[in-house]
Amino acid sequence: MGQRTPLYDLHLALGAKMVDFGGWDMPLHYGSQVEEHHEVRRDCGVFDVSHMTVIDVTGPQAKAWLQHLLANDVDRLHRPGRALYSTMLNERGGIVDDMIVYRLDDAYRLVFNASTRDQDLAWMTEQLGAYDVQLHERTELAMLAIQGPQARHKIAELVTQSRATLIQHLKPFEGYTDGDWFIARTGYTGEDGLEICLPASQAPGFFNDLVGAGISPIGLGARDTLRVEAGMNLYGQDIHQEVSPLASNMAWSIAWEPATRQFIGRAALEAEKAAGVAHKLVGLVLEERGVLRAHQVVRIADVGEGEITSGSFSPTLSKSIALARVPMATADRAEVEIRGKWYPVRVVKPTFVRHGKTLI
Amino acid sequence: MSDIPAELRFAESHEWARLEADGTVTVGISDHAQEALGDVVFVELTEVGKVFAAQDQAGVVESVKAASDIYSPISGEVIAINEELGGSPELLNSDPYGAWIFKIKPTDAAELDKLLDAAAYKAAIGE
Repeated sequence: MGQRTPLYDLHLALGAKMVDFGGWDMPLHYGSQVEEHHEVRRDCGVFDVSHMTVIDVTGPQAKAWLQHLLANDVDRLHRPGRALYSTMLNERGGIVDDMIVYRLDDAYRLVFNASTRDQDLAWMTEQLGAYDVQLHERTELAMLAIQGPQARHKIAELVTQSRATLIQHLKPFEGYTDGDWFIARTGYTGEDGLEICLPASQAPGFFNDLVGAGISPIGLGARDTLRVEAGMNLYGQDIHQEVSPLASNMAWSIAWEPATRQFIGRAALEAEKAAGVAHKLVGLVLEERGVLRAHQVVRIADVGEGEITSGSFSPTLSKSIALARVPMATADRAEVEIRGKWYPVRVVKPTFVRHGKTLI
Repeated sequence: MSDIPAELRFAESHEWARLEADGTVTVGISDHAQEALGDVVFVELTEVGKVFAAQDQAGVVESVKAASDIYSPISGEVIAINEELGGSPELLNSDPYGAWIFKIKPTDAAELDKLLDAAAYKAAIGE
């Protein structure tokens, strides 16, 4: 038996097909993964993401330590309420994990992947050194993501007046505390929406309110197809300890300035850049019928070979798409091997759908 | 609990087989199989004229989750394939016993008796 979120019983009551995800028993879908996907793109849906790891970093040197630990620079969070995306690298420039960092009034909140919890905590503890910093894992919190064009509007009608006002005024990549809730305008679907941390004891009641108001529960299956369409990497699949952000379409998340900031992995990234980055992450679109899958081989004429890191059927595009790591030179077209046969694919920027609109 | 029609025969690999009045056999995948696969998005059909032994691979069903081989439950020659699944693969989810995949002219109709009946299939999938 895996770990259970506070919403486990509700998932079962809603008819969820449960699967193991990083040691957690999580809902894969509640009937149709494809329908759930469409629901988020055209209206909104609610995801239980309580399995994710939430760590608050406090102490007089919290900022200095995070500037050492992370490839992005928390100095960019000019005031409480701001958030940024970052990776945490090893000395070789490989990605230990990716996360969103929120600046709270007197702490930084890091939200990591669930499956990497142990390696993250071990790594962070190892890097504490002499820094006067404390780590607090917030296991008493549940987390819901409500995503889709109607998400903020619908949620605002179901919460207290002060929370509704907060939700109305939140800008993208902002998050604020209201009582014992933390409400942020972030997500992992390519749509507008919220991520809300709240006490585990309140989560089933709130989740029930949402479902009662007609907001569909959405499983991990649709969460995956939504994030692939949005071109968002999944840790353990598209990114891992052996690849850097430079080879992962994530160079934008590295803060090079100020040059004096010696974050972990910086020297390795600089060496990789100087030598010429060998690979990049691209999008693939299969024009014929079939489904691209992770680990299929990609062949680019006169350039070389690569590999699909995430492949899926795209419900929005009604065709198969993939993220693939290929030689930097790449080309507009490539071929993918599916069950011994080579299929032509288009090579595109790895963002297929954003805010309901097709970008390819 | 999945739907298991009493008049059908089943392979352990989750195909169903129905003996028709003209002696041909129609093949599809069970309700339990479509449920386990999740949303079907692509069906790679076999070809008319192909000759299979029992348990030969006879096509692929791809769902959002994974690709799964389909196996011919009995020996024989393929006499028809369901082209409708090309444009509407989701029929395998919505109507698993109506959305057939291929029809076969059996080499030996007695092979059907080696397949599971509804009660045995029910037990095999733990229901």
